[in-house]
Amino acid sequence: MKFVDEFRDPELGAAVSAEILAAVDPGRHYKLMEVCGGHTHSIYKYGIDDLLPDQVELVHGPGCPVCVIPMGRVDDGIAIAQNSEVILTCFGDMMRIPGSNGTFTDAKAAGADVRMVYSPLDALRIAKQNPDRVVVFFAIGFETTAPSTALTLRRAKAEGVENFLCICNHVTIVPPLRALLESPDLRLDGFIGPGHVSTIVGVRPFEFIPADYGRPLVTAGFEPLDILYAIQMILAQLAEGRCEVENQYKRVVPYEGNQAALEVLSEVFELRPHFEWRGLGFISQSALRLSDAYADFDAELRYSVPNVRVADPKACQCGEVLKGVIKPWECKVFGTACTPEHAIGTCMVSPEGACAAYYNYGRYARERPQAAETLA
Amino acid sequence: MSSAPVTSDREQRILGIIETARAKRPRFKDARVTMAHGAGGKATQTLIEGLLAPAFSSPSLDELADAGTVTVDGLGLALTTDTFVVRPLRFPGGSIGELAVNGTVNDLAVSGARPLAISLALILEEGLDAGVLRAEVEAIAATAAAAGVEVVTGDTKVVERDHADQMYVCTSGIGQRDPRATLSPGALRPGDRVLVSNTIGEHGTAIMLARGELGLEAEIESDTRSLWPVADALLESAGDDLRTMRDATRGGVATVLNELARASGVGIEVRESEVPVLPEVAGACELLGIDPMYVANEGVLVACVAPEAADAALAALRAQPGCERAADIGEVGEEPPGMVLVSTTFGGRRVMDLLAGDPLPRIC
Repeated sequence: MKFVDEFRDPELGAAVSAEILAAVDPGRHYKLMEVCGGHTHSIYKYGIDDLLPDQVELVHGPGCPVCVIPMGRVDDGIAIAQNSEVILTCFGDMMRIPGSNGTFTDAKAAGADVRMVYSPLDALRIAKQNPDRVVVFFAIGFETTAPSTALTLRRAKAEGVENFLCICNHVTIVPPLRALLESPDLRLDGFIGPGHVSTIVGVRPFEFIPADYGRPLVTAGFEPLDILYAIQMILAQLAEGRCEVENQYKRVVPYEGNQAALEVLSEVFELRPHFEWRGLGFISQSALRLSDAYADFDAELRYSVPNVRVADPKACQCGEVLKGVIKPWECKVFGTACTPEHAIGTCMVSPEGACAAYYNYGRYARERPQAAETLA
Repeated sequence: MSSAPVTSDREQRILGIIETARAKRPRFKDARVTMAHGAGGKATQTLIEGLLAPAFSSPSLDELADAGTVTVDGLGLALTTDTFVVRPLRFPGGSIGELAVNGTVNDLAVSGARPLAISLALILEEGLDAGVLRAEVEAIAATAAAAGVEVVTGDTKVVERDHADQMYVCTSGIGQRDPRATLSPGALRPGDRVLVSNTIGEHGTAIMLARGELGLEAEIESDTRSLWPVADALLESAGDDLRTMRDATRGGVATVLNELARASGVGIEVRESEVPVLPEVAGACELLGIDPMYVANEGVLVACVAPEAADAALAALRAQPGCERAADIGEVGEEPPGMVLVSTTFGGRRVMDLLAGDPLPRIC
């Protein structure tokens, strides 16, 4: 595939890998967080961990938008889907996220009309094709997907579609990062910045990370070479004593972001005072809801929902895992109350989350030289 | 981090708990059947190994091979059955009728049995267009003739509108076990090589595109075909060095390799760069965030062959029409038992596990 294979060239990868090896201080251990779930996926898919020296450890961040949806919100979606006139629509990977009493897949099996869509515009099309039903779009995602929801709502309003509603679960990336950085026991040395989110918000919103918290951040693309380059750039900053925001993904990400997308976001959404994140608890001003101008499309106003907060079990330590304070197996519920079949926290919900990966592949991982041992 | 010995004890204990949990036979505990139970991944495995296999346990069934075995007066027979539900009924490269014949023929072929005869049962929805039915009946007749099997018995049922999706097809097949090799999913040994008979992922991708929900267009055709000539060529070239064959249908090549690794208690390492994938399939899967290794095939088999016969087997495969891109994609090893590893095109390694359910498109 043109313009893709170039970024997957194993020879270039080996060359960057050698540069990384040259940049590490053999006596130091580096913990770098990739913020975005898309990066986690690429790291896993290409086996990027294997191309890094033992001293460099990647910590998977909070940036998987489906995994951070708390159980109570899934329950709300299922409650709305129980109304016989409702067609609940959502992205594919949302179908498997557990609420307190099952997933959307389970709700579908129990009789609810739940349909997978590839775009909110598909949900709007279903609404137009089924004028006697109410189509509810379960909107999720960071600033990456929020503009497409916003544009769909803007179109629904312009076309006067009255049977299209939205349960807005869009979240923003900066507040959870700030929450992680505020933690006194944070053990991260740098960040691989979220490439997709940055196409919308730009790179500027991340300047506070080096400025206020003294950690470098490099915004990266999603091909394996992008990620390796970003790691090399972070290590170079640390080696040279620099601490700044850099943009490895310049071919896609403008420093100032996408103004047209930001405008439609501010028209359609406003900040929620607070929002709950699975495994991380409540974070203030970390999510979006529909603005007053779009209140007619707000499913939470149209339908009464349980709106019950289903607490993550107290023992869940996703926050500590995400901060790099503990390893998955050090969590009190890991492998006992919390398993891939009955996941509690975000790190177990996502198949690529740190805990799920360790649960499934820990035995194999243990046979490889483990960064943990060099740290201990 | 606290003192190393304590943490490592705890880690050992936790890993022990996980090992015990994984080694247990899966139990079917779900309150309802969901679409995940039909997707070929872990949920399907739970349904089969947790509910069905224990209920009907027998030495032949317990192998969980593509066909069961029956011996009648010393004559070894293979018996298989399959149900076909597909939307749309016709798609580029094939139709439900062709799938129904080839699917059953292939389950026999990869079990090392020459297909002899099949049965045919049709479940038809009230209101089905007669032209659609006639076209499928003709497709079934033509495909059976091409595969050299006779339809020797059948059944029809009609259900009320909305109680089925146009038509479902059930076929069973019987074949004579070939004496040239004794095949078993549990027969893999370290050093064996893993072959695929052609490019992968075409059938599942063709179906996804034919549904028209994605707004993607590409000229990808289903690979549905009879695999008996391919199996025959492998049996002839490798003989008893042929350990096992599987057709890589639902769940794709990845699922087959996981089943074989578990059944044999071996590790399998796949070289991703050797896996043949058409560029159109790779492109469509890339856009959808799906790995072609998990996409269904209807005319591709996976064969595991002892190392000394592997080159001859690969040459025999490539001499078959439609198998020109057959490839040696990996090797069986001792570690890690029951798991499949992939050396990626980029030079790293990863575990290629069973999927939990359907391969769902990703947003992140």
